[in-house]
Amino acid sequence: MTIPNAARPFIEFPSVLRRHGFSVAPDQTMGFIEAVGLLGPRGMDDIRRAAIAMLAVPRERETEFDALFRAFFLGQTIATPVPSLDEDEVEAHEPDGAVSEVEQGDELSDVGVRATAAERLTSRTLEVGDRSDVLVRFERLAPVRLPRRRSYRYAPTKRSGVLDLRRTLREAARRGGEATTLKTRRRRTRQRRVVLLIDISGSMRERTDASLRFAHALVQSAERVDVFTLGTRLTRITRDLLPRDRERALARVGQLVADFDGGTRIGEALRTFLDVPRYAGFARGALVLVLSDGLERGGPEAMIDSVHRLARVAWRLDWLSPLAGDPGYRPETSALSAVLGSLDALADGSGLDAICDHVLGLGRSR
Amino acid sequence: MPVRPIIGGIGSPEALQAALVGAQYLADEGLATAAYLALALGKPLLLEGAPGVGKTEAAKAIAAVLSRRVIRLQCYEGIDAAAALYEWNYPRQMLAIRQAEQDHVNIYADEYLLERPLLAALRDPNQNLLLIDEIDRSDQEFEAFLLEFLSDFAISIPEIGTIRASRHPIVVLTSNRTRDLHEALRRRCVYHWIDYPSPTLEAEIVMARASAVARTTADAVVAAVGRLRAEPLAKPPGVAETVEWAEAATLLHSQGGSWPEAFRRAIGVALKDQDDLTYMAPRLDTVIPGEAA
Repeated sequence: MTIPNAARPFIEFPSVLRRHGFSVAPDQTMGFIEAVGLLGPRGMDDIRRAAIAMLAVPRERETEFDALFRAFFLGQTIATPVPSLDEDEVEAHEPDGAVSEVEQGDELSDVGVRATAAERLTSRTLEVGDRSDVLVRFERLAPVRLPRRRSYRYAPTKRSGVLDLRRTLREAARRGGEATTLKTRRRRTRQRRVVLLIDISGSMRERTDASLRFAHALVQSAERVDVFTLGTRLTRITRDLLPRDRERALARVGQLVADFDGGTRIGEALRTFLDVPRYAGFARGALVLVLSDGLERGGPEAMIDSVHRLARVAWRLDWLSPLAGDPGYRPETSALSAVLGSLDALADGSGLDAICDHVLGLGRSR
Repeated sequence: MPVRPIIGGIGSPEALQAALVGAQYLADEGLATAAYLALALGKPLLLEGAPGVGKTEAAKAIAAVLSRRVIRLQCYEGIDAAAALYEWNYPRQMLAIRQAEQDHVNIYADEYLLERPLLAALRDPNQNLLLIDEIDRSDQEFEAFLLEFLSDFAISIPEIGTIRASRHPIVVLTSNRTRDLHEALRRRCVYHWIDYPSPTLEAEIVMARASAVARTTADAVVAAVGRLRAEPLAKPPGVAETVEWAEAATLLHSQGGSWPEAFRRAIGVALKDQDDLTYMAPRLDTVIPGEAA
């Protein structure tokens, strides 16, 4: 089948959008072409409105969209800077060696770029630590104390619950219309997914080992959990924490994570996390825990923007900072104080005790 | 789904915009275009925006233009299939079994089926407009279920079989954006973000909705509300509040109050949150229109 020349731009434009991080399905491209045809089109405005409506452009990305639209259809130059080749890309690493590169089409201040120059890739040996009581207790309590959510499905119950007329009636029908017992049912509950994001940058150096030991305990005891490290890059380490033996697990993580004690690009790493649709899906309705001091040396915009985005999809977003152990602590970096309103809690993350207590207390708070 | 460029006599966004004026709804071009495209392409229309910008009103106005009945499904946390789809009328079934005694009785006939909004919209797609209100309040699982419903427009009831819509019903979804909707759901829909109306448009809305408000009053109120929306409030006033404020102030003024005083005393219809009132109390003078109104 040949594509008529007139339709070509309307097929190419969605793929331009895709290259800049908008998600556009083939169906939507079809709808866009149909819509343009329906409207005439009598002018550029018609095409633009059709694109926004049919390609479901989110409100906060409309400016970015407009720049691309003008560049494509009117041949104007893009106002937002085009990403330079490798500096702005934060890679998302998966243990199987697959690296998905995510382009950052957004503005990055010079400061942010200079911080990336400090990227230092190392591997290191992780302290295993003794099998501390805190973590043993955590693993024991986590299955019952981690937050749960109501499932969509009902389960029959013996006692409490609401009347299940359907089952009651079926029972009655079997007995000639005589309802002898009232059946009850209740919503099942399931454990909420937990997403743990661990800052492994230089400023968190002393906490990294403890954080990873906590991550191991969490992966061992929670039903659905995903763990990522944030440094100069984003690494998913869930599968490597699966071995029951902590020593073996931490050894694997130590080799896998290449950016221990490097520079701090939390904002960029979080943005990468959100830009990989599968990862962002993990955070949907989940309990998201960030273990970080929030010291972002790059520009704060990336971190502010991505924390807001993360808070909108997560069930709960808790920031556990080692600095927050001090009762008089107030966030001082502009990035962390700007996102304070979006966080459900900024809590003490100074030690394993504090972290475990915080997480185990969440299930009871709601 | 075939494209139908003309629906109910409406063949362009401008025609829809004009028709909406007849239904007391003043829409901008963006909304008229998105709504027209949704109707013509047979896709659901997803309206997002801050509370009080007139999302639900837009759906009702579209229904009025097409002379359709609105079937409204209000979403809430914990909404389930029984509230959205159908339920059997168990007490009636029970009675039927007892009355029939030895005879055969089909308790899964239509008369024992209680239609809920989604089923009602499917069974009569030509007379209704399905409004799924505040979808962001429902659980993810319900959202996933809706996704399935909106692509197939079919419901299967184990005792009866699958009920399919003879044609795609008109569906409008609204969201206050308390959380981000799933990408897949957005993709199924024609999307429009409703903003607060421009000052001119909002003044026109006040004139159209309120009974006896002078144009100067409307302009002054709209300007004041614009300043209120710029403040960090928990509940910024919506369009309905603007209309009410204008009406309330006009009423107080007609009973002999001076203009700034009338506006000040009527502030309770514009700000409905105690914290907001406390926050604004010392700043009210900068917001309230003066003698000019």
